[in-house]
Amino acid sequence: MLLTQPSKTVERAPAAQATGAQPPRTPKRPGIRRLLGLAWILPAVVMLAVFVYLPLVQNLGFSTIEWDIYSGSQEFIGLDNYVKLVGDPIFWSALGNNLLYAVISLGFQVFGAIVLAAIIESIRSDAWRRGLRAVYFIPSAISLTVAGLLFYFIYEPNLGLLNHVLDGIGLGSWAQPWLGQESTAMVAVIAMSQWQGFGYSTLLFAVAIQRIPSELYEAASIDGIGAIRRFFTITLPLVREMTGLMIIVTISGAFQVFNEVMVMTSGGPNNSTQVLGTWLYRNGFVRNDFGYAAAIATVIFVVTLAIALVQLWINRRRRVEW
Amino acid sequence: MVTRLTFAGLITRVFMWTFLLCLVVVVVYPLAWMVLNGFKTNTELFGNPFALPLQLDWQNYTAAWNRGVSNYLTTSILVTVTSTIATVFISAWAAYGLTRVNIPFSRTAATLILGGLMLAPTVALVPLVKMFQSMGLYNTFWALLILYTAFRIPFTTFLIRAYMIDLPREIDEAAEVDGASRWTAFWRIILPMCRPIIISTIVLHILFAWNEYLFAMVFTSGTEMQTLPVGLTSLMSKHGTDYPVVFAGMVIAALPVVILFFVSQRYFIKGLADGIGK
Repeated sequence: MLLTQPSKTVERAPAAQATGAQPPRTPKRPGIRRLLGLAWILPAVVMLAVFVYLPLVQNLGFSTIEWDIYSGSQEFIGLDNYVKLVGDPIFWSALGNNLLYAVISLGFQVFGAIVLAAIIESIRSDAWRRGLRAVYFIPSAISLTVAGLLFYFIYEPNLGLLNHVLDGIGLGSWAQPWLGQESTAMVAVIAMSQWQGFGYSTLLFAVAIQRIPSELYEAASIDGIGAIRRFFTITLPLVREMTGLMIIVTISGAFQVFNEVMVMTSGGPNNSTQVLGTWLYRNGFVRNDFGYAAAIATVIFVVTLAIALVQLWINRRRRVEW
Repeated sequence: MVTRLTFAGLITRVFMWTFLLCLVVVVVYPLAWMVLNGFKTNTELFGNPFALPLQLDWQNYTAAWNRGVSNYLTTSILVTVTSTIATVFISAWAAYGLTRVNIPFSRTAATLILGGLMLAPTVALVPLVKMFQSMGLYNTFWALLILYTAFRIPFTTFLIRAYMIDLPREIDEAAEVDGASRWTAFWRIILPMCRPIIISTIVLHILFAWNEYLFAMVFTSGTEMQTLPVGLTSLMSKHGTDYPVVFAGMVIAALPVVILFFVSQRYFIKGLADGIGK
């Protein structure tokens, strides 16, 4: 067990995946047969080239065009859409909302989830462990649409649970229209997202913790090391790869948020819950300003790509060895 | 010393279990509320949100069913099943080609396929709409099938590839000695050995396709082609005052995936553990 794991860990590092850790080469076959081998990857490559990479390139071109929705004419305007973007206060507040999303999600979906997963995995009873993991996961299985609608009703001022619960515990003065006012709407949406997503990241961390050799914990308990020190000296360092991966996934997910905002507030009230995704949608598909929407898309692309490159760079620098 | 430790340990445990069970309530109570509201009348719903429904009346469910949910459900099932088959097959093919066949440009191909992991669907949205409109695929079943497959190939291939890389080389050699063709080796030997990760990727893809919203909203219109997530928001805006019917629709949308997760939980987690658990 201990012998096989280090090599697995290294091989499975995302950096190694992306750069393509290749199996040992077998003696070269005749050229034709090698070319025929391409048939294995052809469907995947074609699908991605046509429907993922091509639109990505096209988007850059689109962002330099002004579309006239009435005549259907297109005019090249260079970087004007980006200039407009810089001067657009809603764009900046949307970007700020995405950042807020990222920060809060990091707290709940990464650090909260590691702690929760460690607690769950320390439970001795198999049934309880499995049961808790499953229950916490349920919100992630139901769609963001269902969860968003559900919380739309929970936040509803009259029939909503939240205000009634606050009333019930004597905090009735805190009751308010959570989604209906600018000051609370964004946080309310983000809170729902945390409820929906924490079970998923907890499950992934639980899986990572299960792979830590139990000998390490046994040795620690023989040495009389307490639970909290065990968490910091064994669990945390040994799920580092998963943590790195989840930090990246969470941040880049926060810059792609769309569904929950669309379902709960559509960006309102008064654009206070606008995020890049919904602002793109509104400009492109409500106002038919495709060039401007494409420019917003470029910003999302640059941010998510930068995050992904940081991840690759970090992974190349430190490989876990144990 | 010993007694103090056990006392502290006891406090910790009580605190821990209180926390875990509170979290269970926070998760389960809203869901239970959703299910119960599906059985209430509008008057009951607005009366006291904590109250139980007076009777288990299924009329909200039949109403939701007749107001479009049956159409949404059909579309969702069709899109989910076909895109799952397409994605998992194409990804397993690619993973086999990348890990066990000596092909030219394999590094470039791996980078191209797995690099797709970094790209957000939102970024390609505007050009994709133009493309699908000009191809005449807008508001068709094909639009969703193609998009769900293309955008999930990177992740699915990533998982299956990580699993296949660890299968011993000797298997391929043995298959070759026995005269098996590449196809036979893939179909009869390697794929069955990858069963745990294949099951995980199937479950993950079903969860994705069943719940996807952005593409479904932008690329379809009208009751006939909408999937459940988009259909529910239509139901909400069309019959916004008839909340219990919306709740019933939500339950119909949520139930299949929750059941799927509970049925497949053991295999799903095992596959994940072998595939991405580091």
